Amino acid sequence: MRALLFSALAVSLSLGVATGAVAKTVKVGVVMTYSGGAAEFGQQIDRGMDLYLKLHPEAFGGHEVELIKRDAKSPGGDVAKTAVQELITRERVQLLAGFVFSPNAMASAPLATQGKVPMIIMNAGTAWIPSLSPNIARVSFSMWHAAHPMGLYAKEKLGCSTAAVGYTDYPPGKDSLEAFTLGFEGAGGTVIDAIPMGSPREVPDFTPFFQRVKDAKPDCFYVFVPAGNHAAAMVKTYGDLAMRDAGIKLIGPGDVIQDTKLQAMGNEAVGMIVMGHYAADLDNAENDAFVKAWQEAYGADSTPDFMAVSGWDGMAAIAHVIKTLDGDIDADSAMQVLRGWTFNSPRGPIQIDPETRDIIHNMYVEEVVSKDGRLGVQVLDTLEQVKDPCKALQIGKCAK
Amino acid sequence: MLNALISIIFDGLAYAMILFVISVGLSVTMGLMGFVNLAHGVFAMLGGYLLVTLMQHGGLGFIPALLLAAVLIALFSLLFERFLYAPLYRASELDQVLLSIGLVLMATAAMTYLFGPSPVAVQVPDYLSGQWTLGGRVFPVYRVLMIAFGFVLALVLWLALERTLLGARIRAAVDNRRMAEAVGINVDRLFQLTFALGSGLAALGGGLAVEILGLSPTFASQYLVLFLIVVAVGGMGTIKGSFLAALLLGVIDNGGKYLWPEGGAFFIYLVTVAVLLFKPGGLFGARAA
Repeated sequence: MRALLFSALAVSLSLGVATGAVAKTVKVGVVMTYSGGAAEFGQQIDRGMDLYLKLHPEAFGGHEVELIKRDAKSPGGDVAKTAVQELITRERVQLLAGFVFSPNAMASAPLATQGKVPMIIMNAGTAWIPSLSPNIARVSFSMWHAAHPMGLYAKEKLGCSTAAVGYTDYPPGKDSLEAFTLGFEGAGGTVIDAIPMGSPREVPDFTPFFQRVKDAKPDCFYVFVPAGNHAAAMVKTYGDLAMRDAGIKLIGPGDVIQDTKLQAMGNEAVGMIVMGHYAADLDNAENDAFVKAWQEAYGADSTPDFMAVSGWDGMAAIAHVIKTLDGDIDADSAMQVLRGWTFNSPRGPIQIDPETRDIIHNMYVEEVVSKDGRLGVQVLDTLEQVKDPCKALQIGKCAK
Repeated sequence: MLNALISIIFDGLAYAMILFVISVGLSVTMGLMGFVNLAHGVFAMLGGYLLVTLMQHGGLGFIPALLLAAVLIALFSLLFERFLYAPLYRASELDQVLLSIGLVLMATAAMTYLFGPSPVAVQVPDYLSGQWTLGGRVFPVYRVLMIAFGFVLALVLWLALERTLLGARIRAAVDNRRMAEAVGINVDRLFQLTFALGSGLAALGGGLAVEILGLSPTFASQYLVLFLIVVAVGGMGTIKGSFLAALLLGVIDNGGKYLWPEGGAFFIYLVTVAVLLFKPGGLFGARAA
C-alpha cells in the first residue's frame, strides 16, 4: 500500500516537473583519468558528480542523465582525444565533462568545436583552456586564480621581498610560474630563481632543487607541483633540509595541500601558506552539508577536496543546462545558459564569467595548522569573487 | 660557491650509495653469467614493499624489518633463479631480455594490485630522522648515515671479493668461466649464491631508497636505466667499478640538477656516452664488452 502510494507520488511529481514534455535521457561523456598514478583524481571528481546526482535528482527538470565514462589514462592528450572522438561520433553524447590534466583538455577542445558539443572542464587548470573553443565552460579554476594573487599577497602581506619558484615542468607549472612572477614583481618583489623540477609523470628527488633554493636564501619559496604525491614528497624535502629554520617561507597554490593528501604530508607542512579556492575545512553552510553527505556516502575516513567540489559544481552546471534547455542540448544554447550562471557551491558563491566562460570564485589564504592531532586549514584572508587574472590582464595566450 | 659544492657532493653521495647498493649485485651476476637480468630492480622494489609491510603489519622496527626483508628477498630470488632464469642460461640475449622485462611488467601490475598506484612512505625512526648541524650547515641524519653505510658496505664487499676463497672463485669465474669450471669450481652453484646475495643487496637498497626516492609500483622500470648505466660505466663483475660509477653518476646527476635545473638531468647520459666511447668495457671492466 505504502509502496503504491509512493510510486503514485513519484509519477505525479515527475509529471508535475516535466509538464507536457517527455522525460529525456541526456548522454554525458565523461573523460577522466581512471587508471595509473592519477586514478584517484578521477575518482574524486566522479564521487562529487555522483553525490550531486544522488542528492539533487530534482535539479535535472525530470530528465535522466546517463554518464558514459572513458579513461584518459596519461596526461599526454592523445588517449583523451581518441576517447572524445569516440564519444561524439559513436555514442552521440550531448555534453562532455571531466578532464583532469590540461593537455587532455587542450587536445580535445577542437573536437568540442567541430562536434558542437558543450564541454564542462572539471579540473584542467591551464589559464587559456576556455579560449580554445567557444563551447568550453570551466567550473574548476585557472592556475592564475591562485598564483597571481599569491604573488601579490606574498609581497604585501607576508613581507617577502625575494622569492624563488620551483615548478613541475609542464604547461600548468609554467602557467603558475608566470602568474606568480607577474603578481610578485608587480607588487615590487624580485623572483631570484625559477627552477623546473622534473616531469609530472614521476616524483623526482627534490633534494638538489631545494638545496639550490636553500643556498640562495629567498624570503619565500613558491612551489607548484601536481596535487598529490609530488606535493607530499616536496614538503618532506622541505622539512628534511630544515628550510623553515633557515627563514624560507613555503608558499604555493592550494592544490599542493589537496585535502586527500594533507594528512600524509606530516607535520613539516604546518605553517605552509597557500592560496586556494577550496578546503574541506571551509566554514559555510553548503560546505558543512557537503562534507557530511560525503562522509556518509564514502566513509568517515574519506574527505572531499577541490577536485570533488569541481565534480559537484560541474554536475550542478550540467543540471542547470539540462533543466533550462528541457533536455535539448546544443552547444550555443548551453553556453548561453551557462554564461552568468551562479551557484552556491561548498567553496562559496561561484559564477561562470559571462565573457570568458571561466569560473569566478572566492580565493582563500590558507595556513596549514595542526588541529586535534591532525592537519587542517586555517583561513587567514578571503579575496572575494576573483576572476581569472590571466584573462583580466590579457596576458599572452589569454589575450583574445 | 663552497656551499653549492658541499650541497652537490653531499646529496650526490647519498644518492650514489643507493645506486651502488642496488646495482652492485647486478654487476657481479651479469659479469659472472652474462645473463641480462633487467628484472633486478624488481628485487629492490619488492624489498621496499616488504619493508613497509613488515613495519606496518608486522610491528617490526626499521632496521630489523630492513634486514629481514633483504634476507627474505634473497631466499625468494633463488626460486626465480631456479625456475625462471636457469632454463634460459644458454638461450639468446633477446630471450633473456624478454623474460626479465616481462617480469618487470608483471611485478608492476602485482604491486599496483596489492598496494595501489600511489607511492607509499616509510616511517623512519626518530634516531634516523632530523638533522645534524655542522659548521652552520644542516645535514639530514638519514643521508649522512646512508653515506657512511654505503662506504662500509663497499669496503666489506671488496674485502670479501679480494680476500676470501669465495671471492677468489667468483673472480676466477668472471675472468674465465671455462677455465674456472675446468679446475673444479661449480660455477652454477657459485652463481646461485651470488645471485641471492645480489638480490638481497638490491632489496636492502630498495628498502633504504624508500625514504629518499619514494616507492611506487613503477620503481623497477623507472630506475632500471640508472642501474644499467652504473653497471655499464663501472664495468661488469667489479665492485670497485660499480662503486666509483655510482659515485660519479650520483654526484654528476645531483650537480647537474643543482647547477642547471633546466637540463641537468641530461648530464648523466652524456657522461655515460663519453665513458663508453673511450672504455667500451666500462671503467674497470673485467673484459671488453
